[in-house]
Amino acid sequence: MLMTQQDKLMGELKALVEQHGTHRNALIPILQDVQKRYHAISDFAMQTIADLLGIHPVEVYSVVTFYAFLNEKYHGKFIIRLCRTISCEMAGKAAVARQLENDLDIKFGETTSDGRFTLEWANCIGMCDQGPAMLVNDQVFTKVTPEKVHDILEACEKAFGPHTMQTEEEHVL
Amino acid sequence: MTTIMNDITFSTAEAGAGLKAALEKGRADVIGVVRESAMRGRGGAGFPTGVKWNLAAGAQGDKKYVVCNADEGEPGTFKDRAILSEWADLVLEGMTIAGYAVGAAEGIVYLRGEYTYLVRQLEDALEKRREAGLLGENIQGKDGFNFDIHLHMGCGAYICGEETALIEALEGQRGEPRNRPPFPVNTGLNGCPTIVNNVETFAWASMILAKGPEWFKGIGTEKSSGPKLFSVSGDVDKPGVYEFPMGITVAELLKNVGGGGAKAVQIGGASGNCIPACEFSRAIAFEDVSTGGSIIVFGPERDMLKVAENFLEFFEDESCGQCTPCRIGNTRLLEGIRMLQTGHCSMKYLQELCKLGETMQLASKCGLGQSSPNAFLSIVKHFRNELMGRACVMVCK
Ligand SMILES: Cc1cc2nc3c(=O)[nH]c(=O)nc-3n(C[C@H](O)[C@H](O)[C@H](O)COP(=O)(O)O)c2cc1C
Ligand code: SF4
Repeated sequence: MLMTQQDKLMGELKALVEQHGTHRNALIPILQDVQKRYHAISDFAMQTIADLLGIHPVEVYSVVTFYAFLNEKYHGKFIIRLCRTISCEMAGKAAVARQLENDLDIKFGETTSDGRFTLEWANCIGMCDQGPAMLVNDQVFTKVTPEKVHDILEACEKAFGPHTMQTEEEHVL
Repeated sequence: MTTIMNDITFSTAEAGAGLKAALEKGRADVIGVVRESAMRGRGGAGFPTGVKWNLAAGAQGDKKYVVCNADEGEPGTFKDRAILSEWADLVLEGMTIAGYAVGAAEGIVYLRGEYTYLVRQLEDALEKRREAGLLGENIQGKDGFNFDIHLHMGCGAYICGEETALIEALEGQRGEPRNRPPFPVNTGLNGCPTIVNNVETFAWASMILAKGPEWFKGIGTEKSSGPKLFSVSGDVDKPGVYEFPMGITVAELLKNVGGGGAKAVQIGGASGNCIPACEFSRAIAFEDVSTGGSIIVFGPERDMLKVAENFLEFFEDESCGQCTPCRIGNTRLLEGIRMLQTGHCSMKYLQELCKLGETMQLASKCGLGQSSPNAFLSIVKHFRNELMGRACVMVCK
């Protein structure tokens, strides 16, 4: 990473800490914001946040690695989380899963090479009456069929837009 | 994204009536009303709400907190999502009443990250309440009663629904459950007295203040008073959110939701019990089959071993890993299921696994490990013939 990029990130992290406070209770909200903005929480970010909060970086690392929605590894712009719990399983999640893998050409737990999509399993997302259900970022899709998978992915592609390519910087982080 | 519902009493609530009635009473009397209703917590464990509030009211602390547990992660549960979508004000009102009763100035809704799409709506509701003087300082002209509520987002961890893990998460820690005692009513968030209640509990509390404890007690059974919301999914004609009086039998419930011909019903989610058809006359209540509201129905064709496998995969993934019986036990049970699937499990080993399950129930630190073997044990007990001696087939995932 270029020095200037590090400085920029440092400045942004400082602003986040200022907004949430340096109290330990602010750690998770800070990390949630970092995750949202950079799609990953890098070693550098963890170290910087630890310094700003006056705690050991291992404390930050232990929190990041505990929660499913906080990640060290880069996650795509669109995170697809398909519910794997029993009611969605009975409603036919397996076919939807297969189609997602086919259409994205990745397996669960992976991110597409263009950095757009990450495919993950979710445990019960509270849509058991309308399964199979999945989340795309914060949005919920219910009664998903293999056929609908294509439309949903296409809508994401459209929302992504041709000109808003992932910046170099975000990839590095 | 519409959820099927039957007639739900929350629709008849008069806005603000509960809070108004509460503020006309002294703090102790508000708690008295909740105690009188004999309501037990709607989140699953069924602790009497009035007793909890009374303990927090009596506890010493500079600050006190009211926490709404909206982490709803139990497989098969979605009634809190429905309540927050349709009747958020009733929940916020219940929290405000609790704040008044125990002497807290701060309320927190711990909302699971999976429900982020509800945030805007909830923030709007909070803002409207502030503007209407239902949150903030000297609420409804009551001198010295200051209370406000904010949202805190969860991060994708089922265990954070356990109240002490939830508090750890609020404090910026890993969501690892604490030893109890001390209980949160004494030593909760930031070491201060804290009440943690389920979404539905707060909504009913609000209605109990408005309509009186006798109304609530008049519904349900002696040991499980009041109506309850159920999340019904699986092999039924009309999956959705249903209100029924506590004490309804499994058979009656199935009749109402179009679940004829079911071979088994999982009551209480993955951590609950699997009830076979021959026991459908049992009552859904704390004194018989208890539940936080999750009802998953299995039709005659379902493979119960797959059901057990799905639940154990869930627990293996969601165990916080802090204590051995749960961390290793769930893995061993899951391995056992895989052995059963390929027809490689001796009766002797199955008996060993059942003993391990019983050990987990006794020796695990928190409710997750204590209840994770329930489904496995009840399925082994009721469907043994279906599980044993399977031909070795290729398992296609
Ligand atoms: C593993 C685990 C997960 C839990 N998840 C939830 C939950 O999502 N929502 C909830 O209200 N209670 C949950 N509970 C129960 C809480 O610990 C607590 O008993 C409850 O929030 C108290 O509220 P109530 O008395 O109003 O039910 C969970 C318990 C355990 C052991
Ligand atoms: S029982 Fe399981 S979830 Fe609970 S503390 Fe132990 S390891 Fe963690």
